[in-house]
Amino acid sequence: MVSAARWVRGRLFATPLDSVITIALVSLVLWCTPAVLRWVALNAVWGSQPASACDAVRGHGACWAVVWAKLRFMVFAMYPVEEQWRAALAIGLQSAVIAVAAWPRLRTGRGALIASGLTAASVWLLAGGLGLSLVSSEQWGGLAVTLLLAIVGMAFAFPVGVALALARRSAWPLLRAFATVYIETLRGVPLITVLFTASVLFALFVPEDMRISQLLRAQIAIVLFVAAYLAEAVRGGLQTVERGQFLAAQALGLSDAQAMRDVILPQALRHAVPAIVNSFISLIKDTSLVVIISIFDFAYAVKKAVETDAQWKPYFVEAFLFSIAVYWVYCFAVSRIGLSVERHLSRADASGP
Amino acid sequence: MGVGGRLRTGVWQAAFFSLVALVLTWLIGNALHNLAARGIQTGFGFLTREAGFELAESLIDYTGGDSYARAFVAGLANTVAVSAVGIVLATGLGTLLGVTRLSSNWLASTLAGAYVEVMRNVPLLLQLLVWYGVFTELLPPVQDAFAWGDWAFLSQRGLRLAWFSAQAPGMIEKPVLEGFDFLGGKLLSPEFLALVVGLSTYTAAFVAEVVRGGLLSVRVSQLDAARSLGLTPLQCLRHVRLPLALRAIVAPLTSQFLNLTKNSSLAVAIGYPDLVSVANTTMNQTGQAIEAVSILMAVYLSISLALSLMMNLYERRVRAMQAW
Repeated sequence: MVSAARWVRGRLFATPLDSVITIALVSLVLWCTPAVLRWVALNAVWGSQPASACDAVRGHGACWAVVWAKLRFMVFAMYPVEEQWRAALAIGLQSAVIAVAAWPRLRTGRGALIASGLTAASVWLLAGGLGLSLVSSEQWGGLAVTLLLAIVGMAFAFPVGVALALARRSAWPLLRAFATVYIETLRGVPLITVLFTASVLFALFVPEDMRISQLLRAQIAIVLFVAAYLAEAVRGGLQTVERGQFLAAQALGLSDAQAMRDVILPQALRHAVPAIVNSFISLIKDTSLVVIISIFDFAYAVKKAVETDAQWKPYFVEAFLFSIAVYWVYCFAVSRIGLSVERHLSRADASGP
Repeated sequence: MGVGGRLRTGVWQAAFFSLVALVLTWLIGNALHNLAARGIQTGFGFLTREAGFELAESLIDYTGGDSYARAFVAGLANTVAVSAVGIVLATGLGTLLGVTRLSSNWLASTLAGAYVEVMRNVPLLLQLLVWYGVFTELLPPVQDAFAWGDWAFLSQRGLRLAWFSAQAPGMIEKPVLEGFDFLGGKLLSPEFLALVVGLSTYTAAFVAEVVRGGLLSVRVSQLDAARSLGLTPLQCLRHVRLPLALRAIVAPLTSQFLNLTKNSSLAVAIGYPDLVSVANTTMNQTGQAIEAVSILMAVYLSISLALSLMMNLYERRVRAMQAW
């Protein structure tokens, strides 16, 4: 342990250049902070106040009242008002799904089962049926849609991605070619083109009487897109597993399929966790793109909330900052949970010979 | 695997691909039927027809009377322009941030770290919308533009720079305020500025992590050797650490450049006429969705392949130079 004075001297003032940098940065921070604090907190308008209160402090105070005024629309969008408690509960369950990975005891098959159960429950809450009134997916919106697209997307993309990664290494030349073309194509194009394809071309490629909601089309597009990235993540993990593991499994009499399932894949997935977590974070951020095909996710709801109301329109910055904060909290939580999962799994590795 | 085994594998493959072929036939059959029912012609013939829509800005000459093909080329030129500028800025800022993250100065490294952690965890679309709002609402009107001498003027209408004059080649033309707008020079629209700034600040966070990873991958023995030769930390960085780190940086860095190019497609959300935006308008006007989307995918795939190829060539050259 180093004394405070020595730490300051070592990390902040070690060399003359270092001292200059420290002083410059400190002055910059000290110069900005009062102005920022005044705008964000001291002069800001909090709570459910009318727009006129905000107009009074415009320019020197933030108008956080816009969040209070528009919160309902931002979180729920067009969901019917009497049933919004269901959407709120769904959001809670979906957040719990993400949090499941934070408990070391739940990082097993049982945890996956719990996560699936929570997800299914949240879909039931949003859709209705079995005792709840039906709400068509065209009316779903806001934070529930964002989380749904991300979590269900990841859940379905994962098995598809693993299958693609295995297919890419398969001995069957046609299967290998198919997987390679699929992965390289979907990784080489922007998500927007995939969303366009799903939304516009879906209607063309299926018979006229088969109608699929916009939300389902977006979900399928997202699943197919993320699967390609997960395939690469798993492929990277597979490459780090030594051939010796496979030979040892064979020597023990395991068939190819058993060796893959019980020996190779668990190790490969362990190594692929950082890449998979990054994929999930990107997915949470990419759900905001469904605005392009007019699906009411959280980002679109925030945008519409301020755009359509003339008295709150000047305060779009505060509204966007609020939505940025919400996304940041989720993404940061996922990245921290991912780090803890990584650490947990690498301890399991270290205990081996 | 004996003959029986190979026969079994062959049968499985054949079965799988018959299934795939059946599904494809069903899909294509439906598509042809639906297209015929709507009276839409397949094929790329529509590209020679007159486009009939204007583009807010374009690097090449384009008007509504030009063909759809030319509209696509104009959109592509816009995409390339935004991506090229974005890549340069992102690399510069990202390298600076990555190096700062490894600084021994706690304040510098923490601030750089905070920047990376914030920018990486926020959707790019929201960042673009904020930047667009800043560039269109929060900048002063043209009459009160921020000025750098008489070379550059920043206002709600965009950034107007002194540029090469069209009338007198070789001469630099300075913008002059006449009435409600500037005349002369080159105008960078608020959409372009928002897109470039948003893309570069976002991608810089990822570039910073790539650079940091590359710098950390350089063996400590190399750095010790450099220090024992009497190089200062800055000289060591410039002459030993960065060149060696480059090998670990090139592949993920190219991947980030590719991401930036793909992310430029978000331009459609703020009204910048890039390739996706042009394709979208074309799809809405002509109904030729399959062709438009194929063009989009073909272009982006070509860009991906080209960048990957360049990266592979560079890696091969670097590996040839490697002594160990």
